[in-house]
Amino acid sequence: MELVLSAAIGVLAASGVWLILRPRTFQVIVGLCLMSYAVNLFIFSMGRVMPGVPPIMPRGGFVDPTAYADPLPQALVLTAIVISFATTALFLVVMIASRGLTGTDHVDGTEKQP
Amino acid sequence: MSVSPEHLIIAPIVVPFLAGALTLIYDERQRRAKLAIGLLSCAATLLAAIELLARSKGSDLTGGNDIGFYLLGDWSAPYGIVLVVDRLSAMMLVLTGLLALPALIFSAAGTHRQGQHFHAMFQFLLMGLNGAFLTGDLFNLFVFFEVLLAASYGLLMHGGGEAKVRSGLHYIAINLAASLLFLVGVSLVYGVTGTLNMAHLVQLVPGLNDDQRPLFHAGAGIMAVAFLVKAGIWPLAFWLPSTYAAGAPPVAALFAVMTKVGVYVLVRLSFLIFGVHAGASAGFGAQVLLAGGLATVTFGLLGVLASREMDRVAAFVVMVSSGTVIAAAGVVTGGGPAGVLSAALFYMLGSTLAVSAAFLLIEPMRRLGGEAELITDDETDDYDDPDDDPRPEMVLAFPGAVTVLSLAFAVTMIALTGLPPLSGFIGKLGMVQGLLEDTGRDGWAWGFIALLFLSGFATLLATLRIGIRTFWGSEAIEPPRILALEFAPILLLVTLLVVLSAKAEVTLGYMVDTTDALLRPAIYAEGVLGAPRAEDAEVAE
Repeated sequence: MELVLSAAIGVLAASGVWLILRPRTFQVIVGLCLMSYAVNLFIFSMGRVMPGVPPIMPRGGFVDPTAYADPLPQALVLTAIVISFATTALFLVVMIASRGLTGTDHVDGTEKQP
Repeated sequence: MSVSPEHLIIAPIVVPFLAGALTLIYDERQRRAKLAIGLLSCAATLLAAIELLARSKGSDLTGGNDIGFYLLGDWSAPYGIVLVVDRLSAMMLVLTGLLALPALIFSAAGTHRQGQHFHAMFQFLLMGLNGAFLTGDLFNLFVFFEVLLAASYGLLMHGGGEAKVRSGLHYIAINLAASLLFLVGVSLVYGVTGTLNMAHLVQLVPGLNDDQRPLFHAGAGIMAVAFLVKAGIWPLAFWLPSTYAAGAPPVAALFAVMTKVGVYVLVRLSFLIFGVHAGASAGFGAQVLLAGGLATVTFGLLGVLASREMDRVAAFVVMVSSGTVIAAAGVVTGGGPAGVLSAALFYMLGSTLAVSAAFLLIEPMRRLGGEAELITDDETDDYDDPDDDPRPEMVLAFPGAVTVLSLAFAVTMIALTGLPPLSGFIGKLGMVQGLLEDTGRDGWAWGFIALLFLSGFATLLATLRIGIRTFWGSEAIEPPRILALEFAPILLLVTLLVVLSAKAEVTLGYMVDTTDALLRPAIYAEGVLGAPRAEDAEVAE
C-alpha cells in the first residue's frame, strides 16, 4: 500500500514538474493539475496510511486512537483541493485571454525566433 | 453577551471582507458608492490596526510586550485556529493600512474606472494581507495567502492589455507552484510534529528526536522556499520586476507590501521555530537567509542600474528592500546582535512607504515628460450612461504643480537611497552599527555593510538620472494636467516619510522592543496556548 501510494505521488509530481517546464500554456496548466494531485495525495499520506478505518470517533467512552484515521489531513486535503481547483480555473481564464491577445499559446506570448 | 474588546482583533479581517462583498452588490456605474465603502473600510481597518498597535505595546506590568489572542469558535489553542496580535503583526497591520488608503484614493483618479470589480478585489487583498499577519496557524496562513493571491491576480490584470496578461500569466504560474510547495512543507511539518499551531511548534521543536529532526528541517525548508518566492529573493524573483512594472500604479503601490508578507512570515517563523531555544535546530537556515538576502540586494542594485524607466527602478528597489531585511534576519537568527534586526524593521517601514510613493509618482511624471496623457472617461468607460456619476474635475494645472511634484520625488528618493536626514539613512545607520559589532564573529558582515552602501549608491544614480531627464530635461511648455486626487495620496505618503524620520526615536524604540520580543518566543508560545476560552471566563464570573 505504502509503495503504491508513494509511487503514485512520485510519478504524478515528476510528470507535473516536467510539464510545468514546457513552453506551451496548456502543458503548464496540465502540469500544475498533476502537481496538485500529487500534493493532495501527499498531504493525505501524512496522516499515516491506514486503509479501511473511519476518521470520526464515537462520542463518549474509551476510544482507541489506533483504530481511527487522523481526520485533520483529510480536512486539509479538502481545503487544498477546493483552493487549487479555483486557482487553476482562474489560470485557465488568463491563459485563454493571453491566447486571444497575443495570438500564440507560448508562455512568453511570442514564438521563439529561429 | 456583550461584545468584548477582544473582538477588535478580527476586525482587520472582517471589515474588508464585508466591505468587499458589499461593493459586489453595487453596479459598476455606482463607482462613487463603491469608492466610499472602500475608503470607509480602509479607514476603519487602519484605526483598528492603530488601536491594536497601542494595545500590543502593553504596560509596564507586562514588560511592554502584550500579546492579544482571538480564539476562533472559542476552541482552545492547539485544537482550534487562533489569531495572534503581537508587536510585529500590529506593526505590519498599520503599515498595510497606511499604504492602502493612499493607493485607494489614487485609484479614484482613473484606475478604478478601467475595469470591473476593482474595489472588491482591493478589499479582498487587504483581507488576505491582514489575515496573513494575524494568524497563528500554518494552514490558516496558507488559506490567507491564497485569498490575497487570488485578489492580487485580478488586481494585477486590472485594466487588461497584453503586457499585463503576459506578466500575469507568469505571476500566477509561479505562485501556484509556490503554493504547492507550501502545502508539501506544511504537511511534512504536520506529519512530524502532529500540530500546525505556531505556538505549539515552539514547544515541540526542541524535543524532536534525531530521526524526526531532518524530516522537520526538510519540511521547514520547503515551506521557506514558498515564502522566499513571495518575498522576491534571488534566484526566485525573476517574475517580480516585470510584474510590478506592468501593474497599474495604485496596484503596484499596494503590492509594495506584498513582498513584505513573505518577509514577515520568514522573520516570524525563523524566530519562533529556529530561535535560540530550539536546541539542535537553533539557527537553522540562517546562512541561507543571509546569503539569499545579499544575493538579492546585489541583483536588485544591478537591476536598478540597468533600468531606464521609473517603474522598473521601483520594482528593483522592492527587491533591494526585502533582500536587506531578509539578510538582517539571517544575521540575527544566526546569533548576531539584535540591533541589526530592529534597524532593518525600521528600514523596511520607511522603504515600503517610499517605494509605494515612487509607484504613485510614475504616472504624473510620465505625463510631465509628455509620454502619457490623463486617463479620460472617453477611452476607458464602457458604461457611458447619462446616469453615471459625474467624473471628478479637480485638475491642478498651475506651474507650482511641477515644483510640488519634484519636491515629492526628491523626498521619496532621499528616503529610498538612504541619504540623511530621512528614515532610510537612520535604518541603514542602525544596521551598519549593529554589523560593525558583529565583524569579528562573521566575515559576511563586511560584505553586508558594503552592499548597504552600494545599493544606496546605485539607487541614487538611477533616480538622479530619471529626475534630471523628467524635471530638467523636459521640453513640455505647458504644465501637465494632474488631478488633486493624484497629488493628495503622494503628499500623504511623503508626509508620513517625514514624520517617520522626525519621530525616529519613538519608532526605533518600538522596533527594539519588537526584536526583543521576537527573541523570546517562549512568552508567545505560553501566551497562545494558555489563552483562556470565553466560555470558561463566563463560568468563572
